Amino acid sequence: MNIHEYQAKQIFQKYGVPTPKGIMVESVDAAVEAAKELGGPIWVVKAQIHAGGRGLGGGVKLAKSLDEVRELADEILGMTLVTHQTDAAGKLVQKLYIEDGADIKDEFYLSVVLDRKLEMPLIMASTEGGMNIEDVAENTPEKIITIPVDPAIGFQGFHGRELAFGLGITDKAEQKNIIQFAQKLFKLYMENDAEMIEINPLVRTGSGEFLALDGKMGFDNSALGRQPEIAAMRDLSEEDPDEVEAAKYGLSYVALDGEIGCMVNGAGLAMGTMDTINYMGGTPANFLDVGGSANAETVAKGFEIILKNPNVKAIFVNIFGGIVRCDRIANGIIEATKITDVNVPVIVRLDGTNAPEASEILNKANIANLIVADDLGDGAAKSVAAAKQA
Amino acid sequence: MSILVNKDTKVIVQGFTGKEGSFHAEQCIDYGTNIVGGVTPNKGGQTHLGKPVFNTVSDAVKTTGATVSMIFVPPAFVGDAVMEAAEAGIELAVIITEGAPVKDMQMAKAHAVKHGMKTLGPNCPGIITAEECKIGIMPGMIFKKGNVGLISKSGTLTYEGTNQVVKAGYGITTAVGIGGDPIIGLSYNQLLPMFEADPDTECIVMIGEIGGDLEIQAAKLIKEQITKPVVAFIAGQTAPKGKTMGHAGAIVSGSAGTAKEKMDALEAVGVKVVVSPAEIGKAVKELLG
Repeated sequence: MNIHEYQAKQIFQKYGVPTPKGIMVESVDAAVEAAKELGGPIWVVKAQIHAGGRGLGGGVKLAKSLDEVRELADEILGMTLVTHQTDAAGKLVQKLYIEDGADIKDEFYLSVVLDRKLEMPLIMASTEGGMNIEDVAENTPEKIITIPVDPAIGFQGFHGRELAFGLGITDKAEQKNIIQFAQKLFKLYMENDAEMIEINPLVRTGSGEFLALDGKMGFDNSALGRQPEIAAMRDLSEEDPDEVEAAKYGLSYVALDGEIGCMVNGAGLAMGTMDTINYMGGTPANFLDVGGSANAETVAKGFEIILKNPNVKAIFVNIFGGIVRCDRIANGIIEATKITDVNVPVIVRLDGTNAPEASEILNKANIANLIVADDLGDGAAKSVAAAKQA
Repeated sequence: MSILVNKDTKVIVQGFTGKEGSFHAEQCIDYGTNIVGGVTPNKGGQTHLGKPVFNTVSDAVKTTGATVSMIFVPPAFVGDAVMEAAEAGIELAVIITEGAPVKDMQMAKAHAVKHGMKTLGPNCPGIITAEECKIGIMPGMIFKKGNVGLISKSGTLTYEGTNQVVKAGYGITTAVGIGGDPIIGLSYNQLLPMFEADPDTECIVMIGEIGGDLEIQAAKLIKEQITKPVVAFIAGQTAPKGKTMGHAGAIVSGSAGTAKEKMDALEAVGVKVVVSPAEIGKAVKELLG
């Protein structure tokens, strides 16, 4: 789960990680009030969406007067921002963060991520602040320093020294500032079950302080149960409504831009099914994993969500029953045809636990539009053919 | 022969009396797995599914001599359960539970390594040595005995791959589900050499997916150490970037972890890479003749 910049900064402030002062607002008038409260003389008006690259997209602008704050708030609020991290449709800006302008001497990059190879958190830092870090990694990898931190020992002094010297910070007071900054950041990373924190840029001010000018955080979904404060920061308007709806029923759904709807059990087989459709010359319309406890209701819901997509010309139901019993899926398909108007061909392949019972159930039900497939390859081929005929 | 587990392996179940634990332990017993007991705190001394229940893993190990634990405890308690197993002297923990916090797994895996305990999973279907020992949740009846070893991140692709191997006229020595979480236990690089050393395994099927670089590491190891033919499928060629595809670890970050880079790396070291899981059976047949 990702959160907004203003929320990340609330967490930073709670842990004593320095940030400029700021206020989140949802209207133009409130933006001006916030600017008055902050005092100025310079403010930054920042669009709050869950995507990077806001500045380049025109969602972050500097204001030198209250009138300018009003003007910019009016311009940015309600605009649709398209950045390299959004899709082509972009994201609607519904919230702004009005922030004090900072006295910037220079800019750095700092992040904490999970290193899957080392199986521990990794601090990444660079003197190339404000740039796209993937470009830095590609063009000048020597400018990125990486410091793994074993959670069993936590953030030690030597980690801090590696960071400070690695960034070429020679002033002793500044070294102390950056080390404390990183230490607090690591603490909040661990205590909140964060998956990643990225501060780009991290700025050094004229007086040698370090400030998080931006803040991006993502969290481990599996840990949200024990992080109620973080879970409460979820902004559903930033997420795909169909994915959110699917998740309520234990379905994992991701929309794609093809023509063949997929309903599969297991994430691996769901991806494998998409790949097979592609290999056979078709295009998958979605990823959908019905999970381990699929029943008539969840399957019906799956159909409903798939059919919301007007591009869908056929649906391929591909189930290999292990925990999920095929007879349950068969009942789900029958139930779904009663609840939802399934107006496209449905290709069904059921294999594994209780597959013979499932075939019997489907045959007895005698549903129009239903095509039975023998195996994965056969099912994908029949789906591609059905979509082409439609 | 087989790898890691066989008909003599003594297995306990952590989370034995829970709904999932009970259901699957019973299926394992029916399959022939030598389940010697289970652990549920405060139920020590009771009998469940005809086997003794213990309060702690330590008690269970001392009394039964179990070397493997199958873990079904709820996600929030997985880290604790794994560390308990490690300290009690369990040699292999098979973690079935889905949704364990990543931070807990970092700590638990590091602790397991320190105590010399191997782990599988979390969020995996388990491990099965065909017609001898099933430790997990897979449909046992599809696993016919044979000469193909299988390693997979995905549960249902384990079944799909196995089914095709069997339909092609072959069978399985051992099939191992390693799970699709960001932090997992045994992976390709520990399991491939075990299959290489197993005299009954003549061909290895490895099934991977987008995210991380375990398959790239495997390609390096295959080049240096594996002489047996390998078939590979990598799921997620059509997955969009930056989206988690069901498994917590299945995500293409930036340009890293794509199916294509993994397929290319494996192909370059002589692995027979198939573009659809529907081709696994055919590929095995080609290699084994």
